Amino acid sequence: MRQVMKIIWPLIAVIAVILIAVVSVVVPASQLVFGVIVPYVAITAFMAGFIYRVVRWANSPVPFNIPTTCGQEASLDWIKSDRIESPASNWGIAGRMAMEILFFRSLFRNSSMEKVDGRRLVYGGNRWLWLGGLAFHWALLIILLRHLRFFTEPVFPPSIWLASLDGIFQLALPTLFITDFIILAAVSYLLIRRLASERIRYISLASDYLALFLILAVAVSGVLMRSFFKVDLVAVKELAVSVITFRPAVPAGIGLPFYIHLLLVCVLIAYFPFSKMMHIAGVLLSPTRNSKNDNRSVRYVNPWDHPVRVHTYAEYEDDFRQPMIKAGIPVDADVSAGSSDGG
Amino acid sequence: MRMFLRGAAMADKLRKPEEMAAVDYHPARHDWMDPSVEYTRGSYCYAAPLKNQEQLQLPNPRQWNPLDADWKLPPDFKQIILSGMKDRLGKYRSWKLFLDICVRCGACADKCHYYIGSGDPKNMPVMRAELLRSVYRRYFTVGGRLFGKLAGARELDERIIKEWYYYFYQCSECRRCSVFCPYGIDTCEITMMGRELLNLLGCSTEWVVSPASNSFRTGNHLGIPPHAMKQSLESAQDDIKSITGIEVNIPINKKGAEILFVTPSADYFASPAWYTLMGYLMLFHEIGLDYTFSTYASEGGDFGLFHSADLAKSLNAKIYAEAERLKVKWILGGECGHMWRVIHQYMDTFNGPPDFLEQPVSPVTGTKFDNTRSTKMVHICEFTADLIHNSKLKLEPGRNDKWKVTYHDSCNPARSMGLLEEPRYIINHICNHFYEMPENTIRERTFCCGSGAGLGSDENMEMRLRGGYPRANAVQYVQEKHGVNVLACICAIDKASFPPLLEYWVPGVETAGIHELLGNALIMRGEKPREADLRGEPLVVNTAPEDSAQDV
Repeated sequence: MRQVMKIIWPLIAVIAVILIAVVSVVVPASQLVFGVIVPYVAITAFMAGFIYRVVRWANSPVPFNIPTTCGQEASLDWIKSDRIESPASNWGIAGRMAMEILFFRSLFRNSSMEKVDGRRLVYGGNRWLWLGGLAFHWALLIILLRHLRFFTEPVFPPSIWLASLDGIFQLALPTLFITDFIILAAVSYLLIRRLASERIRYISLASDYLALFLILAVAVSGVLMRSFFKVDLVAVKELAVSVITFRPAVPAGIGLPFYIHLLLVCVLIAYFPFSKMMHIAGVLLSPTRNSKNDNRSVRYVNPWDHPVRVHTYAEYEDDFRQPMIKAGIPVDADVSAGSSDGG
Repeated sequence: MRMFLRGAAMADKLRKPEEMAAVDYHPARHDWMDPSVEYTRGSYCYAAPLKNQEQLQLPNPRQWNPLDADWKLPPDFKQIILSGMKDRLGKYRSWKLFLDICVRCGACADKCHYYIGSGDPKNMPVMRAELLRSVYRRYFTVGGRLFGKLAGARELDERIIKEWYYYFYQCSECRRCSVFCPYGIDTCEITMMGRELLNLLGCSTEWVVSPASNSFRTGNHLGIPPHAMKQSLESAQDDIKSITGIEVNIPINKKGAEILFVTPSADYFASPAWYTLMGYLMLFHEIGLDYTFSTYASEGGDFGLFHSADLAKSLNAKIYAEAERLKVKWILGGECGHMWRVIHQYMDTFNGPPDFLEQPVSPVTGTKFDNTRSTKMVHICEFTADLIHNSKLKLEPGRNDKWKVTYHDSCNPARSMGLLEEPRYIINHICNHFYEMPENTIRERTFCCGSGAGLGSDENMEMRLRGGYPRANAVQYVQEKHGVNVLACICAIDKASFPPLLEYWVPGVETAGIHELLGNALIMRGEKPREADLRGEPLVVNTAPEDSAQDV
């Protein structure tokens, strides 16, 4: 039962957000709340929460240098080391992190295990998760950059270039963006995968569905607003610029689809710092990826190092002196003086 | 003296391989949030004996049994765990981060050898971490406090402690999942912290605490006193003499030697690690190395690592202390897995800097081991590869012709060091027939033997065989394809656990250390014609056994 509720509750939550946005047309006076106050609160929550989380992580030290090495170490000079997967230099780390962040290097390794003939384990490449994840994240980034044209006056030129490049397959008016298709397809894939795979369903939490439902709702509402339920873009931009320049003013007649989209976005970004979506910052701090495999050439210091109880050689020799002498093993104590202890 | 196939006696009590391999990968119908665990024979580790708990001054020492209903936990166990968690969240960024950022994408799920071998969904790395995360959420996050179970949060109770004990001792800290995780989440860190928390309640296992306690007192995990260690080394000396006619020197606790040699103690007591020891002794004799064994630092493997950072540090301290006392210049380390995790990633931080040592330089080739300039400890494979590269060894790979070799990358040298090429370089110079296992099962993707991180106890045999199944399966592949009959490796736990594992899953494949094979191939000055290999078995050269004498 709880398996189903993990999916139902997040769904209800997202529908509730959409219904709440309806208030913006029922009570036009509330548009100040939806258009100005909620965005300010959400952005504040996002920034404060984000910083708080990163500072909390950064406050915990990394006591040991524990890179996961995925390639040959730098050892003998005639053996070619893997400078990216087993990085010993800062450039290597930069390369490894760039590969991880831009191309999801580790996920690219993904394989899936299958048992053939009931006994042989076979590991096939499984790049769908990598492809879906990469497509989703890149599309999201481009969409965000494209959105800058709503916030900048005069418009930030790269955001126009991006928009025209993204709309290169102009099939209808208004332009249909490639990234809109990609993000819808990718998020749908990630959601269907989570629902369809018995194993992934087992490990999924309500929060995993909530993030997906929210993102999907944001994307769908954005696409619908653009292509089917037109809103007054001039008015939207007026509002966006007024909010961003701290001279908030709500133009009339923007329309419900926009307020739904905006409220969903606000909920998403306010929730962001308290969710797993913080992996965006976390991956940068991950000690198994961002540390150098130079362990034996440079000493790494543990800031909270403390002494521990050890069994010293002297104590050891006290325990075993007589048998050591008998066996002809050298000892430290002056035995010629007739030491009587030990044994 | 030589122990062999400790687990073989258990084989008749075990279920059949076909039955063991018939794993159901459909997750249980019940929700994972239910912490109930059924302890079944063969799949859990015994509790640490009272005397060893006391010797190491561990908390809440008592006689107890995981099968008992009452684990005799301290009355305030909840408080102990929660303050232990708080403490470690402040000390380990890795742990805090890994509790927070998992997105449950599932990429790790089928990467764990225990999951592949058992099908138990809580052996998926993501779930192993969720066992801790759920408690973390409940007590350390707003969402968990507010939404409880819906947010994936669980109340801490005694059943969760029992669940943790079961699953944190079904992880061999091999780090394979961390290779595949898009954020590098390392279940080893999760398991290490999970075990540290359990230890705060006095819940630790016999096969971790007893070896650690032995190491503390006698310097090695088998509890060998110094005189017995000497006898054992002399016995290796005898074996070498009978095979080569050469009497090798065995320096022990020799002050002023150039190099301290530290190797896992299994090398001088257990087979087939024993033959690896013979290989070292022959090599050191042949190149005239000025070195010494130590009876005080007679264990390379650090069983403290499987218990807590403090105990790991305590046991590891002996190596530098002994190097200083014996006034050596640098340290050479033998074939071992987790020993090298500690030496490469922890030793210098734990117990350094070793200012009293010098940067390691090979006395034979003059090579400066620049990569060890701070820790001052060289891996035997780095050392030997350098000797071969500089043509300092006369080798006859034909003496290993009876072996069709494959190589198992031991987890820690592969994923925590990046020692991938040196062993292969050596094998290629000492064997004529070397075949790699499939690429998804070697190098950084290597599979654990199933018995690492203190899980190698006899009572845990079923889980060991299950965990070792993916490795054995890859061995079977090269056995069928190329006729492979020996698995070379560089880890003492491998050498102890592969014989029963391979006997069970892939009969006909033996286990050998690289330096055993080197000892076979090494042509020593003044040696008599070899008639036997280091195992005392007739030497087969180029499939013409009757001609073996001509080959020297």
